[in-house]
Amino acid sequence: METITDFINAFVLLLNFILVPGLAYGSQIALGALGITMVYGILRFANFAHGDTMAFGTMVTILVTWWLQSQGISFGLLPTALLALPAGIVATVMILLITDKLVYQHYRRVKTPAVTLLIVSMGVMFMMNGIVRFIIGPNDQRFLDGEKFIIHARNFKAMTGLNEGLSIKVSQGLTVFIAILLVGALFWFLQKTRTGKAMRAFSDNEDLALLSGVNPDRVVLITWIIVAILATVAGTLYGLDKSFKPFTYLQLLLPMFAAAILGGVGNPIGAILGGFVIAFSELIVTYAYKKVFVYLLPVSLEPSNLMQLLSTDYKFAVSFFILVLVLLIKPTGILKGNVI
Amino acid sequence: MSNYQKSWLAFSIIGLLFLIIGLAQSWSVALGIFNMCLISSVVALGINIQWGYAGIANVGIMGFVALGGISAVLVSQQPVSAAWDAGWGRLLIAVLVFAITVSLAIFCYRKMAAGRHRTIALSATIILGLFATRYFLDPAVASIEAIEPAKTGYLGGMGLPILFSWVLGGFVAAGIAWLIGKIALGLRADYLTIATLGIAEIILALMKNEDWLTRGVKNVTGLPRPVPYEVDLQSSEWFVDLVSWWHGGVLSALIDIDRQQALKQFAIEASSIFVKLCYSGLFATVLIVILVLSTRALNSPWGRMMRAIRDNEISAGAMGKDITRRHLQVFIIGSAIVGIAGAMMTTLDGQFTPTSYRPIRFTFLFLIMVIVGGSGNNIGSVVGAFIIWIFWIEAEPIGVWLMEFGTGWMDDNNSLKIHLIGNAQHMRLFFMGLVLLLVLRFSPGGILPEVIRKRS
Repeated sequence: METITDFINAFVLLLNFILVPGLAYGSQIALGALGITMVYGILRFANFAHGDTMAFGTMVTILVTWWLQSQGISFGLLPTALLALPAGIVATVMILLITDKLVYQHYRRVKTPAVTLLIVSMGVMFMMNGIVRFIIGPNDQRFLDGEKFIIHARNFKAMTGLNEGLSIKVSQGLTVFIAILLVGALFWFLQKTRTGKAMRAFSDNEDLALLSGVNPDRVVLITWIIVAILATVAGTLYGLDKSFKPFTYLQLLLPMFAAAILGGVGNPIGAILGGFVIAFSELIVTYAYKKVFVYLLPVSLEPSNLMQLLSTDYKFAVSFFILVLVLLIKPTGILKGNVI
Repeated sequence: MSNYQKSWLAFSIIGLLFLIIGLAQSWSVALGIFNMCLISSVVALGINIQWGYAGIANVGIMGFVALGGISAVLVSQQPVSAAWDAGWGRLLIAVLVFAITVSLAIFCYRKMAAGRHRTIALSATIILGLFATRYFLDPAVASIEAIEPAKTGYLGGMGLPILFSWVLGGFVAAGIAWLIGKIALGLRADYLTIATLGIAEIILALMKNEDWLTRGVKNVTGLPRPVPYEVDLQSSEWFVDLVSWWHGGVLSALIDIDRQQALKQFAIEASSIFVKLCYSGLFATVLIVILVLSTRALNSPWGRMMRAIRDNEISAGAMGKDITRRHLQVFIIGSAIVGIAGAMMTTLDGQFTPTSYRPIRFTFLFLIMVIVGGSGNNIGSVVGAFIIWIFWIEAEPIGVWLMEFGTGWMDDNNSLKIHLIGNAQHMRLFFMGLVLLLVLRFSPGGILPEVIRKRS
């Protein structure tokens, strides 16, 4: 009996510190990577401004949330930010369309190489970063309200009588739920609607799509709208789950790029898969397993150190190694890329 | 306007800007900015070799700057003998085990036939080797970091004059660039750029965590200087004589105590300027040497080959040029120059703080310098470095001043006014991006475009 309880305790530990946060973080990375992969597949460049697009959308959402809170409006048990999300999306759509009109459109016409567009997107990144920092400042902002936990560790312990508690935050549950909804809608759109099919055709073979009468301006417009929705939702969910800080969103670029490339550039399913692979690898490699082994092994074999493979600061190394490994072994990604 | 005239014009404008800063703020501030401009120019030259000559977009500049910085620490700090005594044995074994692991892995990779067996053997070697290394390294690290953690807690350096670090910084950066280039070059251009973004983060993560080597986030402060200290200058006779000769006119009008006071005040000011001038001399020497060498390289057959590869890889490959090898070469040379500049920067700061390295400031800003100045043109990179750095520093006071001017009609307690003035400094990012986009759109060659000489 003792051994079974120990085993369950160890299992709950892993659930609590790897599976639940991994699912939430993976969904956030996946949504971000989806945005990157859409730009990569249809506009054909690596968008360095994506992290700051997320930050911009989140910032608008936060500002509207604060306004709603000051008006005494709340969303009951759920965070008020969900009510503010549409406003954030609209603002992001607008800023992306303006950016496209003023910046990217020209380079599409003159057919610039992808690396130049990458540098151009760095300029956009700077400007967006400047706007975000100017409006909301470079510091941490918390905007989570409503109920905090779906399952609280203390209640879980009391309910099951185990030593280890399992806690699921509302933000984590929401993240996974919204990600599933959004991805479902995106796939329905890409697979079933006429516009979605046109977008896939455009990504697959631009010239052929143009010959078949696909309107490129419309495809680009829809792409930016989808990217804005994905970026704002991903950014807001990340901000709810952790906290909002402009610099963190810049740092998210690397795992998101890694996820997009890992799954195969331009492949949405790949981007989602890549997001979860990156998130779980980061958590698995940087988690300290000491307590798990304490439960599983007999007392004589208990480990003396933390049993941590790498310190948490090396999480970027994980994304990087996965990225380089994939590029060297299978440059097209796990699922073949360049197709939406 | 020819490039020649343009560069004269650009340098005159830069000179005028320094004159304005010197008169409006102080000469000490102007010299401080000038020194950072010189260092930024060296970084820009390094990037120009990679991006301008060869078209490799490296966004891992921050990592190489930091490598230069740690070299300054490793060269100039005194060795901590207690730490060496505590850890050297295990450390040596760990290094040996790691070396054996790497050579075994390379051996497996080269000698075994590709397939499942090789994959298994390779992964087993690497995983077991890493665990074995950690087995010896962890206790060594613990014993080293236990020695006076508040003061040292690391191995220390070689105790040599800090100027040697400028050489070592170049070599360290070159070595790491070789390692990275071996792995990552040959990737598609845009993938390589993303990979370099990760490299910088990893180098920084190592510096923040491997306390036994770098002291991590506890920082290393008080690095020795290659130039005299202000206090020593103020008390040395020749310097005071020099100051009193320089300010002779003013001083002779004063009497006894007033004169002493004024002389003291002048000496304090002058010593700060003198130290900065010494640095300027050192940095300018490095800049000129690198500028001359790199311009000669650009105009040599090697430079023509690099540009040929950049403009059309396929046809250059067909002419028998080894593209991956040339890219590796250029990646190493460029990174080495950035490493030298990184060591210079830490020397100037007198301290090594890993947390101060941020990608916006240490990677993207330098890239903007090169692109705005003129990719492929060395003088252009220098001009870009000067202009962008002056702008970056001066945008803050100017932005605050503009905001105060613009919000002058508001009440002083107006929260909007406080917010606008408080956050005005962040607008420089916005303007930096704007400048980059405008240059890319309307003058893709930059201020001084690349010179393409045609044989008549």
